[in-house]
Amino acid sequence: MSKVGFLNPLNSMNLRQKTILLIAVIILVLVTIFLSSYSIDTSTMVTNFMARNQAPSFEHLFGTDWLGRDMFTRTIKGLGLSIMIGAIASILSSIVAMIMAFLSSINKYGDTLMAWLIDFFSSIPHLLLLIMISICLGKGAIGVIIGVAFTHWTSLARVLRVEIKEINTSEYVNLARRLGKGNLWVAKEHILPLVVTQIIVGTLLIFPHAIMHEASITFLGFGLSPHEPAIGIILSESMSYLTMGDWWLAFFPGAALLIVVLLFDILGEQIEKLLDPTKAQK
Amino acid sequence: MKFLGYKAVRLFILLVAVAAVSFLMIELSPIDPVKSYAAEMGASVQQMAALRSYWQVDVPTYQKLLDWLFDLLQLNLGVSLIYRIPVVNVILDKFTASAILMITSWAISGVFGFVLGIVAGAKEGSWIDKIIKGYCYLLQSSPAFWIGLIIMMIFSVYLRWFPTGLAVPVGTLASEVTFFDWLYRLILPAFTLSIVGIASIALYTRDRLVNILNSDYFLFARARGESHWSIIKRHGIRNVLLPAITLQFMSFSELFGGAVLVEQIFSYPGIGQATVAAGLRSDVPLLLAIVLISTVFVFVGNTIADVLYKYVDPRMRGEDDE
Repeated sequence: MSKVGFLNPLNSMNLRQKTILLIAVIILVLVTIFLSSYSIDTSTMVTNFMARNQAPSFEHLFGTDWLGRDMFTRTIKGLGLSIMIGAIASILSSIVAMIMAFLSSINKYGDTLMAWLIDFFSSIPHLLLLIMISICLGKGAIGVIIGVAFTHWTSLARVLRVEIKEINTSEYVNLARRLGKGNLWVAKEHILPLVVTQIIVGTLLIFPHAIMHEASITFLGFGLSPHEPAIGIILSESMSYLTMGDWWLAFFPGAALLIVVLLFDILGEQIEKLLDPTKAQK
Repeated sequence: MKFLGYKAVRLFILLVAVAAVSFLMIELSPIDPVKSYAAEMGASVQQMAALRSYWQVDVPTYQKLLDWLFDLLQLNLGVSLIYRIPVVNVILDKFTASAILMITSWAISGVFGFVLGIVAGAKEGSWIDKIIKGYCYLLQSSPAFWIGLIIMMIFSVYLRWFPTGLAVPVGTLASEVTFFDWLYRLILPAFTLSIVGIASIALYTRDRLVNILNSDYFLFARARGESHWSIIKRHGIRNVLLPAITLQFMSFSELFGGAVLVEQIFSYPGIGQATVAAGLRSDVPLLLAIVLISTVFVFVGNTIADVLYKYVDPRMRGEDDE
């Protein structure tokens, strides 16, 4: 047992090193998926009627669709698109959250307004709000991105609001104000360093939701146009072929999306561990 | 009672705001209702002009908004473009179908999620805890509609226990569907929606129970010589049950979203399918009405959660909320 433990390099690492290793591996995987999806030449995705509806094999790992296109290539393409849309949407949504948190920290009315806005946004089912925003902006990628951004800011904004309130009423901020430091100085020196962790982790944790909601809304037909190789499109197309037993059309793309979502979830948790010392040992 | 009155006022303000905002969103949309309506009917130029005046295309937006809000106050929601009957009837019809689906799966996922959470929490760290936890994490990260597709593949395509799609058997009218036919078609959507809903409630219950297991009163009960399961029954479940039920009531928003996706996959004729149809075919009156009814639905869930907390838990009664 001890000999095996000696041979395994993981055992000689401490928790922090393991965390960093895990983060590095996940980032490597995600970057690989992203880059390869953009380096794929679309000309290789030609329709090949000789190889229609083939079950998974070594040549076509995920099988082929009814036009003979390789599903593996399409899935990777779709994942790249999902990651990109997820990234834009979650960054946008954390910007909205920051603006809202800032608004609530100005005065009492700002705070009431934000509380009401959060109430308002969480009173309509997310999916329905997404559909409405998507219709409002004429569908397509922009509609999805704005929709996801405007439905996911509430949780992060809530966290930031509480955090800022706590810092603002703390002893050291009081002391700084007594010493004549202005609002801007307090914001820069005391508040920002403490909330920056929350912002980074919050953005990363919005990511999985953003990707999933993008896929759902595209699946329903309100998102990306049918010409894009999005996972939602692939899955909704596959519906008409499932009854014929082409299980690979739906199974692999969905499973791949699930893995990406899980990776982002784990990444968020690990980075939180790395940045927040109180959670490092959990 | 005062509390409920306050809630009613809040709901009213919220509904007016939601109505106004969603109306403006549709209004801003580049999708033209007249065109989509004409595409449905195949209208001539004169008819188009008539439609334009009927739709008040040239009336300023604020005027239309006020008109619509006023109509709304009189519960006049207009006529659905797809179904050609008053929106109220469509909503009543579809919402009943969906409500049965949602409440069935809501109850199933609540009970199973709670039981799984209790088992996992009580056996913290064991293999059964790890299996339940892993299962829940996996479910939380998987898109609901994908799970629906997988379930459809397994039960309809491979095992052939259920028909794929089609809520009504071929050759029968929707009104002639027997109760058992309809129940038969409820099973798969309800099953999917329950599976999807289990994860959050199970994880929550588990975390709560683990917290309780680390508490002093648990240690004391242990020192008194009570058995593990008896403590869980007397201290654990009693403390976890109320917050878990509350959480379950607050999940109406996700429940509705899940129902939309699941109904679309299994062609279950409910409010979710109506939402997608109304959205894709620009049935503005129906879409707006669905937004309003779903807002009420979510609000009712949240209010029940509030009431449960306030009136069932004696510790919360004296405290002034907010």
